[in-house]
Amino acid sequence: MSIKLWTFLFVGVTFGTYLVIAWLSRVRDTSGFYVAGRGIPAMANGMATAADWMSAASFISMAGLISAMGYAGGMYLMGWTGGYVLLALLLAPYLRKFGHYTVPDFVGDRYESNAARLVAVVCAIFISFTYVAGQMRGVGIVFSRFLEVDITIGVVIGMAIVFIYATLGGMKGITWTQVVQYWVLITAFLIPAIAISFKLTGNPIPQIGMGSRLIDDGVPLLAKLDQLHADLGFASYTAAFEGGWDKLNVFCVTAALMVGTAGLPHVIVRFYTVKTVKAARWSAFWALLFIAMLYLTAPATASFARYYMIQSLHGKAASELPSWFHNWQRTGLILWLDDGDGRVAYHGPAATAGENEIFRSGKIGGAELADIRVDHQRWLSSAGIEGRDGRQVLRERGLSGPDRDIIVLATPEMAALADWIIALVAAGGLAAALSTASGLLLVISSSVAHDLYFRVVNPEASEGQRLVVGRVVIGLAVVVAGLLGIFPPGFVSQVVAFAFGLAAASFFPAIVLGIFSKRVGTVPATAGMITGIGFTAFYIIGSVYGGLPNWFFGIDPQGIGVVGMLINFAVTLVLTPFTPAPSEPVREMIDRIHEPEGAGPAVVIEATPEH
Amino acid sequence: MSSPIKPPEDTIDVRDPRIAESIHRYWRKNLWVMAACLTVWAIGGLGCGVLFADALNEFSIGGFPLGFWFAQQGSILIFVLLILVYGLALNRLDAEHHRELEQIRAAGREMSEPSGP
Repeated sequence: MSIKLWTFLFVGVTFGTYLVIAWLSRVRDTSGFYVAGRGIPAMANGMATAADWMSAASFISMAGLISAMGYAGGMYLMGWTGGYVLLALLLAPYLRKFGHYTVPDFVGDRYESNAARLVAVVCAIFISFTYVAGQMRGVGIVFSRFLEVDITIGVVIGMAIVFIYATLGGMKGITWTQVVQYWVLITAFLIPAIAISFKLTGNPIPQIGMGSRLIDDGVPLLAKLDQLHADLGFASYTAAFEGGWDKLNVFCVTAALMVGTAGLPHVIVRFYTVKTVKAARWSAFWALLFIAMLYLTAPATASFARYYMIQSLHGKAASELPSWFHNWQRTGLILWLDDGDGRVAYHGPAATAGENEIFRSGKIGGAELADIRVDHQRWLSSAGIEGRDGRQVLRERGLSGPDRDIIVLATPEMAALADWIIALVAAGGLAAALSTASGLLLVISSSVAHDLYFRVVNPEASEGQRLVVGRVVIGLAVVVAGLLGIFPPGFVSQVVAFAFGLAAASFFPAIVLGIFSKRVGTVPATAGMITGIGFTAFYIIGSVYGGLPNWFFGIDPQGIGVVGMLINFAVTLVLTPFTPAPSEPVREMIDRIHEPEGAGPAVVIEATPEH
Repeated sequence: MSSPIKPPEDTIDVRDPRIAESIHRYWRKNLWVMAACLTVWAIGGLGCGVLFADALNEFSIGGFPLGFWFAQQGSILIFVLLILVYGLALNRLDAEHHRELEQIRAAGREMSEPSGP
């Protein structure tokens, strides 16, 4: 069977499974729709959280990012896992005890203010749409690369599938689908990593293989990579704080991602779905364990693929190039423009300018690329008199080196794995994108239908009305997300940093102080959120669009959320002594949140089967 | 669920002084465990992975420069173990708190028995 046939088979089977689950877990009340009836066991919720968390970016792009950044890539690994410690210790158990359905619910009830609730609703919707646009685009890209259909058709197919299982089953359908999606995506990620580790180092465990000696020449892999990087003019692979990322920035970005992770609404709501407070704690553990399976493997895949890519390209003649190179050159993820000697030269920024011959096409269209190639050929054959050096053109557009997505997408081919494994990667990428998209869509739906419609606009709404509104909103949100995927606004990739910064600067301080302080009242909390968001938004917008330099100690916009968070904490705590404490019912509610039982009869807690 | 401002279903009266005292004890112990875990979190993640990474890179472990290993492997392992340890510690505290509540309830029943039917 061909790769394409295998891909159709895997995608068909997985999509069919998602639809069957949707039908089996259709719901009839809002509790089922928003929090899966609070009946999800901790371990299953951990898997669902892991699938929810690991997006198309984690699955397809992260290993490539680490491969290109070396040590500094660790900030994504640490940031996107360290946040779960904050979640498990500071947030999840208490929000579960609080009950209700959403993050704005907690903010609004704890601070007794619809203004605070609205700030939270706007943040939740903004963060979720920012994120979901990228997921739908990811679905389209996977479809177009593996099945050679148009990106638009891919997005529409993805929309239809999410639409069916999200409107039918709400959180319940989404959760059980995500459990299946977790296994699809982790299998698709681990099999190629294990195979390539065994092939390069003789050790099948990628995490150990990464530190082992290469079978080829007996040199440790990482030492070899450092050597190759030094020879070819790349920044060192393992050394810290080289190649543009200094200590302050690595620290700030790592911390901002950690705190942002703990403040992202689609992650937090997952902990509302379990039975007890104890189960909330344990599902955070399971979630991080399942996430770590991928996050501990990604850096290994990154280093293997880095080595393999340099070895199989640099210094090779056209006839010696591997087949994966030719396959992916067709997609524009990797390009070779020769300098006339017939051998590939792959160099980094520290090498002599113009020496590098490996590029990617980025957003350049096929026709324009063909022109660049023709001009380049004329430039070569006329010895520089006519035409134009294509390498210079691409370098000036910032397109040096291959696209980072190629690392995961081409790894199975690099390791010469069977066709069905390559097809499995396609199904895995789709599972990663769809699972994250559905979780985000539910947050959008609950923010509008529950927080806005039911809690503010029409508190008299019946159960049936609320369910209808929830389904209609999630349906509309799927359509909007799909449109954002088909017509991506240019800013999507940049505002992902914004999503994390915003979550760090708004939700995290408000929720932590709401749980741990009985003294902080409405005014300081709202003022803190608004100043935190205001500063973060101003800095990111100024830096990305306004052309401002990174004026605050040179901190990268990705890391500014930490400063926003500190400002939020500072404003809130400074104002607190001058403003009234919360009312007696709220103080009592905080006591009740601290108490670990009483989320149901005590007997039920003892009888929970999951540990 | 019928009314938005109704507190979550609760079988425990937090205004009972003995129960309040038990919650207070539980909470203080919880804060200590939490503080210890967060210290390890900060040192293991942001400390070894970032702040001391360049110094730790002078040493190596299993073929990895140590700082690099902490940034890409060690910190994640520490995070997973931390949540595990915290979960286990809180299981113990929960059980202790549950016994205290049972005792208070038992004492409450004994006291109220004579006045009952």
